[in-house]
Amino acid sequence: MSNKASVALNDNGGTSARMDSNADSPLDRTKPKRKSFFRRELKHLKSNRELLLLSVPGILYKLIFAYFPMVGLIIAFKNYRYDLGMFGSKWVGLDNFRFLFTTDTAWRITRNTVLYNLGYMVITTVAALFLAVLLNELKAKYTRFYQTALFLPHFLSWVLVGYIAYAFLNHSDGFINRTLIALGFDPVSWYQDSAPWPFILIIVHLWKAIGFTTLIYFAGIMGISGDYYEAARIDGATKRQMALKITVPLLTPLIIIMSILSIGSMFRGDFGLHYFIPNNSGFLYSSTDIIDTYVYRALREVGNVSMSAAVGFYQSVVGFVLVLAANGIVKKINPEHSMW
Amino acid sequence: MEAKFSISKGFLHLFFTILSIAVVLPFLLVIAVSLTDEKSLTEHGYQFIPSDFSLSAYRYMLDSPDIIFRAYGVTMLVTVVGTLVSLLITAMTAYVVSRPDYRYNRITTFYVFFTMLFSGGLVPSYILVTQYLHLKDSLLALILPILLSPFNIMVMKGFLSKIPLEVIESAKMDGAKEYRIFFRIILPLATPALATLGLLIAFAYWNEWFNAMLYIDDPNKVPLQLLLVRTLNSIEFITTNSEFAQQLGIDLSDFPNNSARMAIAVLAGGPMLVIFPFFQRFFVKGLTVGSLKG
Repeated sequence: MSNKASVALNDNGGTSARMDSNADSPLDRTKPKRKSFFRRELKHLKSNRELLLLSVPGILYKLIFAYFPMVGLIIAFKNYRYDLGMFGSKWVGLDNFRFLFTTDTAWRITRNTVLYNLGYMVITTVAALFLAVLLNELKAKYTRFYQTALFLPHFLSWVLVGYIAYAFLNHSDGFINRTLIALGFDPVSWYQDSAPWPFILIIVHLWKAIGFTTLIYFAGIMGISGDYYEAARIDGATKRQMALKITVPLLTPLIIIMSILSIGSMFRGDFGLHYFIPNNSGFLYSSTDIIDTYVYRALREVGNVSMSAAVGFYQSVVGFVLVLAANGIVKKINPEHSMW
Repeated sequence: MEAKFSISKGFLHLFFTILSIAVVLPFLLVIAVSLTDEKSLTEHGYQFIPSDFSLSAYRYMLDSPDIIFRAYGVTMLVTVVGTLVSLLITAMTAYVVSRPDYRYNRITTFYVFFTMLFSGGLVPSYILVTQYLHLKDSLLALILPILLSPFNIMVMKGFLSKIPLEVIESAKMDGAKEYRIFFRIILPLATPALATLGLLIAFAYWNEWFNAMLYIDDPNKVPLQLLLVRTLNSIEFITTNSEFAQQLGIDLSDFPNNSARMAIAVLAGGPMLVIFPFFQRFFVKGLTVGSLKG
């Protein structure tokens, strides 16, 4: 995905670097260095004025909507007041963080965010890989039907999934509780009992993501040369042997890259899943609350802007470090797959 | 050998058929509840097969369809305008960084790509939109925050890089200016990538609820997804708060609470759920379009 796209990016970078060195011919070196540098850049800019103008809307947009908020991270170190604004509010040093880390909140939301993301990653990868290998055994005209069915939840917004979850989990009339009663069990107050939620969230996540992830691995299998299977068939290999000895090993680089990339985003939780499926129920926070839902509530429901900003700062910085680390590891394993 | 082979294939088909049904069933529960009589719902609970079939929930919704129609209108407007502007700026930016003869392509790429790795997060963005840009309760607050995704720019760049530089150079030789080259040559050549990205962007706008939750309070500007959020969050709120019910234009005395809620979900989410799957291959193509190196 993004890594592939940016592999192309590296290639381009390479060509342009070559072009640069061509432009910088030995003759230029005789002139005073600074002057020629500016003149050259100016000339290049002038001749590419229109190209530069084409990129201005995008650059301005990112300046306002991406780089300005980065400056806004200073709010984490301020006692933010709407009337004083981002720059007028008083500096309070690390106060916002001290409050955060002396309660168990930081630990709870960090643990939840990381563990859920890990769980989603492992379970979805294993299940999708399994389904992709099985799908590969069937003829294309049948697989299309199954793929479409598995893909269907991908088109739903988390809000709509919230409705579906509610139809199942609703205390008095929900499908699950009515079924439990019919079978002679006690009904469960799903929106008040935090214990089963790790399972519920993982199932819902799997349900929504399985079609998409399966397709990624299925496409990967499609890319494996038929020669391997032909040779294995001649040697009398069984289907299971082919799957375990050819398909899975050849997919391993893709699996590793996908996993490491999701480790890079381990600190970014899925707000929609964790907000709408538990229906933002306060009873469930201990097992459903993640960094993203906490930041949202602190901002919109509690109205503690500085506190929310402190958690957001923590998320941005640790997230950034994780992405850098993940990319570094990918680069070590296989430079071709690294993001930059 | 052959016979054993087809038996295991049969098992596979059975497995995938059951799995497909299991994945689709939850949708059916919501539809079934929306079609069940309210009294029967309180008596028998939510069932896959309505014990007492009734269209009253839909009749209530469609008796005063203003709120749903208005939400559809807002969502459509935001989706169409957002997608067109987003596509144009994405293509413009991607084209510039895809030009190997433009010396600032690398720094511009880094400038865009960096925003994918590091971000200011929710609070600074919220303050920017509400305090500095004053976009609270403006439809621009639904369009602007997700206008330009670095990922889409990278995908588009990957596609545009495959267009041979000779095409551009020969056009330049003929005296064409950059704008003309971009609009008359590059954009038509990029139609497949534009279609794929356009669909992904439109999908993102259609299903967007987060910015609506943050920035929209005005009932006249509520998009579909926010209407769904409010109805879901206010499970009991809808019957206990007459103000909201008035907004919905509902007579509370015999309001089908449960089935109506599911009917809103079906009316708001259903149509696109029928349309999007037809474009499923684009969703997969969006992943690969940038990776095919020429």
